[in-house]
Amino acid sequence: MSDKTAIELKATTSVPGASADPVATGAEHPLDAPIAIHDMTVAYHRKPVLWDVDVDVPQGRLIGIVGPNGAGKSTLLKAVMDLVPKASGRVLVYGQPYPRQRHLVAYVPQRESVDWDFPVSALDVVTMGLYGRIGWFLPVRPSHRKAAMEALDRVGLADLAHRQISQLSGGQQQRVFLARALVQDARIYLMDEPFAAVDAATERAIVQILQDLRAAGKTTLVVHHDLHTVPEYFDYVILINMRIVAHGPTEEIFTNDNLRKTYGGRLTLLDEAGEALAREKQR
Amino acid sequence: MSEYLPSAEAVIRVLTLQDYNTRVVVLGTGLLGLAAGVIGTFMLLRKRALLGDALSHATLPGIALIFLFVTLAGGAGKSLAVLLSGAVITGVMGVGTILFLRHQTRLKEDAALGIVLSVFFGAGVAVLGVVQGMESGHAAGLESFIYGKTASMISSDAMLIGAAGLLVAVACTVLYKEFKLLCFDAGFAASQGSPVIWLDVLMMALVVTVTVIGLQAVGLILVIALLVIPPASARFWTDRMLPLLVAAALVGGIGAMLGAAASALVPRLPSGAMIVVTMTVVFLLSMVFGRARGVLPRYLEHRGLSRRILRQNLLRALYEWAEERSDGHEPLTPEQASGKAMPFGDLLAERSWSIKQLRQMLLRAKGKGLVEQVLGQDDWYLAPHGLEEARRVVRNHRLWETFLIHFADVAPSHVDRDADAIEHVLEPVMIERLERLLGEEHLPPMPGSPHAVAAGGRGADRRGGVSA
Repeated sequence: MSDKTAIELKATTSVPGASADPVATGAEHPLDAPIAIHDMTVAYHRKPVLWDVDVDVPQGRLIGIVGPNGAGKSTLLKAVMDLVPKASGRVLVYGQPYPRQRHLVAYVPQRESVDWDFPVSALDVVTMGLYGRIGWFLPVRPSHRKAAMEALDRVGLADLAHRQISQLSGGQQQRVFLARALVQDARIYLMDEPFAAVDAATERAIVQILQDLRAAGKTTLVVHHDLHTVPEYFDYVILINMRIVAHGPTEEIFTNDNLRKTYGGRLTLLDEAGEALAREKQR
Repeated sequence: MSEYLPSAEAVIRVLTLQDYNTRVVVLGTGLLGLAAGVIGTFMLLRKRALLGDALSHATLPGIALIFLFVTLAGGAGKSLAVLLSGAVITGVMGVGTILFLRHQTRLKEDAALGIVLSVFFGAGVAVLGVVQGMESGHAAGLESFIYGKTASMISSDAMLIGAAGLLVAVACTVLYKEFKLLCFDAGFAASQGSPVIWLDVLMMALVVTVTVIGLQAVGLILVIALLVIPPASARFWTDRMLPLLVAAALVGGIGAMLGAAASALVPRLPSGAMIVVTMTVVFLLSMVFGRARGVLPRYLEHRGLSRRILRQNLLRALYEWAEERSDGHEPLTPEQASGKAMPFGDLLAERSWSIKQLRQMLLRAKGKGLVEQVLGQDDWYLAPHGLEEARRVVRNHRLWETFLIHFADVAPSHVDRDADAIEHVLEPVMIERLERLLGEEHLPPMPGSPHAVAAGGRGADRRGGVSA
């Protein structure tokens, strides 16, 4: 399997956008952090989802975002990409606001977020990763299809490129999504539960790709559910439950104590405060 | 009766588009149908098709009100341009209300749709009643916007409709790539910097255009059919985006033209209803015969697969019976096969098939020259032709079993059942992969069964004994 999924990626050297026209940051935030999140709070309707998140994502790490259901893991990724409005705070990507740096970021949404009955082939979906580069109104050219085909080969699905996507298994669909991100050749990869409900072969393929990305110096954030595999897969973790509980190298941070703080007792003081605030605003 | 039916001469005149006015109306309506098919495809994929229904109903108060105001002000209230601009105003207000309700309250989309549709339409009917009660109103004809009436259409109206339809189709062609991504994965599109909100607004504007220009031809109640039926029909024929758009455009265009022509022949038939009826015929045909997901092809495919599975199980049973009673693991020869015929009773015990089922299957296989019957006996063996297929089936089955045992950690006792399910759908590519995976050592011309073949057949333990 590994030869199928092995990928060659250029090692990262320079940091575009970091030096040119830097935006003033808080004192303790380094300018060259792939993602620097400053005092960010996110709320859906009246319900706060993320409180006062303040974290710098280190360069070149394979990072697991871990926390219970409804902890705001997906929202954290979406807030980085401006997909959900922030109530306060801001995010810088290599020292610049996201809109200027979006070509450096590849996103793998949750598999359930789209309708897999959609009338497109696996290759079509992967090609969508290049739309930003192709530009408005212009058609997809053979060179784009070739790049998409190579990405599909990297996830071991070259044989199935022309299948309609509903004819793929769940694991294969997940790998199509992964290929769509790979074809972007980004520097930061944001993945929302890529391991959710996939078969063993897909899980191995994804792990292999994550390791290849790290070897190539890419920074990868993965929302992850399965606590057992965290130490094996990730060298850095962000523990989250509406706020950042802890973050750092896995061996230091992924402790029983921190996990209890993250998962223990659903009705923490924070939840109560949030609900009280919501009630207050509703009046 | 004869007064309802057009003369043969009239039929020919309309169908050959000899009459200038008919020609313009039919072609204009055709372009409208084409545009509706294209934008309707995107709306359906964006799961917003019903927004078009609320939108069209919300145009009625605009039509009635603007007629009222312009007439009171002494203007020409019945000019099409004036009426349609009124339709646009309340139509957009209706959609805006739905979006507002959805975002600002906890109402779900279907509730918001239902409220807006009925409230706006109700208001429109009320205002229309007032207008028609006015003495200087000359409001007769306004209600044709409800049911549609191409007969009242003049050629300049039809040209306006055709031009707007063409514009919509061109816009969708230019924005094909952007709309496609928006419909499939709006979140990803936004992460790539696609202006998702504005694309949605633009798509909605194109729907407003089609709806408003479609009011006169099909009427506001039935405009939704123009948006939904063509893409829904086309979906039965294809799994690809571009062919889907083309097919939807064709269904929309041709359906609208035929409907308009029928209405031109029999002016008392409302054109909207005729167009919808025509399209419904296309829809029903597509649903039954559609190549990609039609009911009939699916049924045939399913039946074909079950028959193939039954046939292959039969062939394998006969093969393994003869193999067990011959020497060595080399592929069975025709002589060995014909020398070891299998009694019907043993065959029946092999699997959970009924006597009737097995009889039918044997007859069908015999008809195809796959199996032979020993003269005067109920014993069966593989004909040369069937032997060939049986070899392939057994080989695939054992390849798969071996794979499961060696690579997938399945207990040998479970392997047979698992392999059973998969061997019938193994594709050549998969078999090639299996052969590569397993390497040379597992690949004699006919690998032996990797587990003991239960004496008396697999059926013995499942069915509790042999009976003939």
